[in-house]
Amino acid sequence: MLRFQADAVEVAAVEAAVTSPTHGAILVFSGVARDHNLGKGVTGLHYEAYEPMAVAELARIAAEVAERWPDTRLAIVHRVGAVAIGEPSVVIAVGSPHRVAAYEASRYAIDELKARVPVWKRETYADGTAWIANRS
Amino acid sequence: MTVVIRYFANLRELRGTPEESREISPGSTAASLYRDLGLPAALPVAFAVNQERVAGTTVLCDGDEVVFLPPLGGG
Repeated sequence: MLRFQADAVEVAAVEAAVTSPTHGAILVFSGVARDHNLGKGVTGLHYEAYEPMAVAELARIAAEVAERWPDTRLAIVHRVGAVAIGEPSVVIAVGSPHRVAAYEASRYAIDELKARVPVWKRETYADGTAWIANRS
Repeated sequence: MTVVIRYFANLRELRGTPEESREISPGSTAASLYRDLGLPAALPVAFAVNQERVAGTTVLCDGDEVVFLPPLGGG
């Protein structure tokens, strides 16, 4: 499960996608729309993706995770369109035989996603909007 | 020859369209097209042609899909 969707993410479905009887650990990371950034109040987010390239990049990240942490399973669902404060904008689930690989793979997946996947975020404030880049 | 340009985020808003076709002269590169369109020189864009990241010096071919990638904000 590697995809973009406009609808709210059902976290349990992402978790279910990586569940296996061989796994002793399932780690779910939710990146959530926060009500402030860089000292300003944020009232909502909007995400936009160059979707065919973004999905291909997610698949490359998943292949790298599979190579570096064998026997893990990875699922990533990212929102596009409007995301309300408190809702997940991205959910990453990793299933793994052991917890250490799950933590490492999850961290790798979100860091690479932020650096490489062509997605953009616009924040809305009381007095306007701005496109916000990830800090490298 | 013609290329298709797709715009995202602040570039889409600046350009006022998500997509346009454009005639280019032979030898045009991804970076020269960006300049010729008058898009903001201060914006540190990366380049994608046919959904692959490329250097700005990449020479464009007829039918290419070109995307200028503003700084990313996923996650």
